[in-house]
Amino acid sequence: MELKVNPIRCEAYGLCSELLPELVELDEWGYPIVDGRPVPPELVRDARRAAAMCPRLALTLAQR
Amino acid sequence: MSALALESPRVATRLLPRRALTSHASYLEAYGPLPRLDSGRLLDEIERSGLSGRGGAGFPTGRKLRAVAAGRSPVVVANGTEGEPASAKDKVLLARNPHLVIDGVVAAAAAVGADGAVVVVSRADAAGYARLEALLRERPDAAHVGLEAAPEGFLTGEESALVHWLNGGPAKPTMTPPRPFERGVNGRPTLVQNVETLANIALIARRGASWFRKPGTDDEPGSVLVTLLGAVRTPGVSETELGAPIAEVVERHGGLTERAQALLVGGYFGSWLPGSALGRRLSRTALGVSLGARTLVALPARSCGLVETARIVRYLAGQSAGQCGPCVFGLGALASAIESVAACDDRAAHSHARLARLSEQIAGRGACAHPDGAVRLLASALDIFAGEVDAHLDGVCTATDTRSVLPWS
Amino acid sequence: MTGWYLMRATGIVSLVLFTLVTVLGIATAARLGPRRGPRFVTLGLHRSMSLLAVVFIGIHVTTAILDPYAHVSALAAIVPFTARWRPLAVGLGTVSLDLVAALIVTSLLRRHLSLRVWRGVHLLAYVSWPVAVWHTIGAGSDWSSGWARAIVTGCVASVLLAALYRLPRPGRLPKHLAAQVRP
Repeated sequence: MELKVNPIRCEAYGLCSELLPELVELDEWGYPIVDGRPVPPELVRDARRAAAMCPRLALTLAQR
Repeated sequence: MSALALESPRVATRLLPRRALTSHASYLEAYGPLPRLDSGRLLDEIERSGLSGRGGAGFPTGRKLRAVAAGRSPVVVANGTEGEPASAKDKVLLARNPHLVIDGVVAAAAAVGADGAVVVVSRADAAGYARLEALLRERPDAAHVGLEAAPEGFLTGEESALVHWLNGGPAKPTMTPPRPFERGVNGRPTLVQNVETLANIALIARRGASWFRKPGTDDEPGSVLVTLLGAVRTPGVSETELGAPIAEVVERHGGLTERAQALLVGGYFGSWLPGSALGRRLSRTALGVSLGARTLVALPARSCGLVETARIVRYLAGQSAGQCGPCVFGLGALASAIESVAACDDRAAHSHARLARLSEQIAGRGACAHPDGAVRLLASALDIFAGEVDAHLDGVCTATDTRSVLPWS
Repeated sequence: MTGWYLMRATGIVSLVLFTLVTVLGIATAARLGPRRGPRFVTLGLHRSMSLLAVVFIGIHVTTAILDPYAHVSALAAIVPFTARWRPLAVGLGTVSLDLVAALIVTSLLRRHLSLRVWRGVHLLAYVSWPVAVWHTIGAGSDWSSGWARAIVTGCVASVLLAALYRLPRPGRLPKHLAAQVRP
C-alpha cells in the first residue's frame, strides 16, 4: 500500500503527522513529507485513519 | 526563395526562412503544398523520424501522437505561449513562418483524427495574435483551427496549466495523472505540442522521416531553433542542427563580445555549464544536461554567476502558481538564501548552509516540475560557480559588472 | 405526556450539541487544538459529536411526529412549513433538519464527491445553525423559562465568539504562513 499527498489540496493542517509520525514528517512550513516506501502492514490501520482525518482529503492510501 | 532551400541537409533554412513568409502564396512558393495526409502513414513517418518535443520536455512526438490517436474525439493544442522570458524562438517562428506552423497543426490534427485544434499565444504578444488572426482567415483548410491568447506567466505554457486554462480555469497546473493526452480539453484526449514541433511535423509530412534525420545525430535527429543571449554580438534566434558545434552557433551570432565564464543551457529551468562548454556540441549526449527549449546564455566574464542565478530563482519563486506549500514557501526561502550569498551580506554563510537542506525539502514535492527546475538550476550554479561562492563567503564578489544579462519581462 | 417532555428535552440537548459541533468545526478550520495536545482531537470530536447530535435530533423529530399534542406529521418533518401547528417555527426546524441531513450525507460520502461540492454544502452549516436557534426560540414552549433562555444565549454567544475569532483569518492557511504568501 502506498501513501501519497496531493500537494495542491494540502493546506498544512498537519493532522496526518500527528496520527502517523512513523511515516509522515512535517517540513519547516508545516507541510507533510511522506516516506515513499510501502506502508508496513502493522501501520496500515493508522494510515487509513490518517487519510480519513485529513480535512482536505489530501492524503490517500492506495494499492501501488 | 525556392523549395530547394529544403534540400540542404544541414541546417539553415528548414524552419526559419531568411525572410518572413507571411502571405500564403509566398509560403507555398517556398515549401510547396501540403500533400494529402494519410493518418496511419503520417504517424509511422513521425515515429520513424525520431522527432521529439521541441518545447523543452523532449518527449518522443510519435509516441505522444499515437497515444492521443488511440483516444476518442481528440483535440490538438499548439503551444506558442513561450512563457520563459529568455526564449524567443517560438515568437520568431510564428512571425517568420506562421504558415508552416498552421500546416503542422492541420497535419497533426489529421494524424490523430482530431476535428478541432487551437493555437495559443501569449497575451503579451498582441501583434502576434493579430497577425495569426488575419492569417487564419486566408486559410480555408484551417477552418477548424481556433486562436486564443493566454495570460502571461512562466507556468502558462505547462501542459496541464494550458489545458486547465482552456477548460475555463486559471492557467495553473493540475494534478497528473491523468495527463492531457488521456483527458484534457473538455475531457477529451488532447495533443499539446510546441509550435516548433508542429512545424517539424509539417516538414515530415512533405519530405518524410529520412529527410528529417539528415541533420542532427542518430539519437537526436533534426534541426532546431536556438535562442542565444549574453556575451554575443547579435543575440537572437537562429536555426541549427542538433549535435552542431556550439562555436558555430556563436559565430552565426557574430561571435563573443568577451570571454564567457559559463554557459546556461536550457533557460531558467536549465543548468549552468563551465565556459569550456562553448567548445562542445549542442546535444544532450555531448553536454550531459537537458537542452530544454534551447535557450543558451553566454555569461560574460565580467558578470557574477551568483547574482544572475539569484535573479532567476527570485523570478521563479514569484512565478509559482501558489498551489503547493513546498513550492510557495520553499522557493521564496531559497531565493532569499541565494540572494544573501550573492550579496555577500553578513548572513551569507548561514544562508549558504541552508541551501542544501532547502533544496532537499523542495524537490519533488510540488504538483508540477516548477520547484524541481529551480532546485536543479541552483545546484548547477553552486557547482559551476563554486569559486565565486568561496569568494562571496569571504565577503568579496569578483565581478566588475553585475547588471542583468537576462531579459526580465 | 412523556413524549412531549422528551421532545422538548431532546430539542434543547440537540441545540447544545449542534452548537458544540459548530464551534468545533470553526476551531478545526482555525487550526486550534488542546494546549499541549494533538489537533486531530478537535476534528475527531467535531465528527463524533455530530453523530451524537444526529441521534438526539432523530429522537426529537420522532417524538414530535409521534406525540399527539405536537401535531407534526411525518411530512412536515421533511417538507418545511407544512405543519398545522406553528407552521413557521416548526418549518424552521425542518429547514435546519434538511440542511443537517445534507451535511451528514455529504460528509459520509466525501471520498466520492469533489472538494468544492463538499465544502459548498458544509458551509450551509452557517445557515442551518442560526435557523435551529430561531426554531428553538419560536417553537420551543420553554422559551418563557429562564434556564432555557440562559442555555440558548450561551449557545449563541459561543458561536458568535468562535466566528468573530475566525473572521479576521478567513484565509485557509495558518497565520505564520499566510503572511508569506503573495496575494
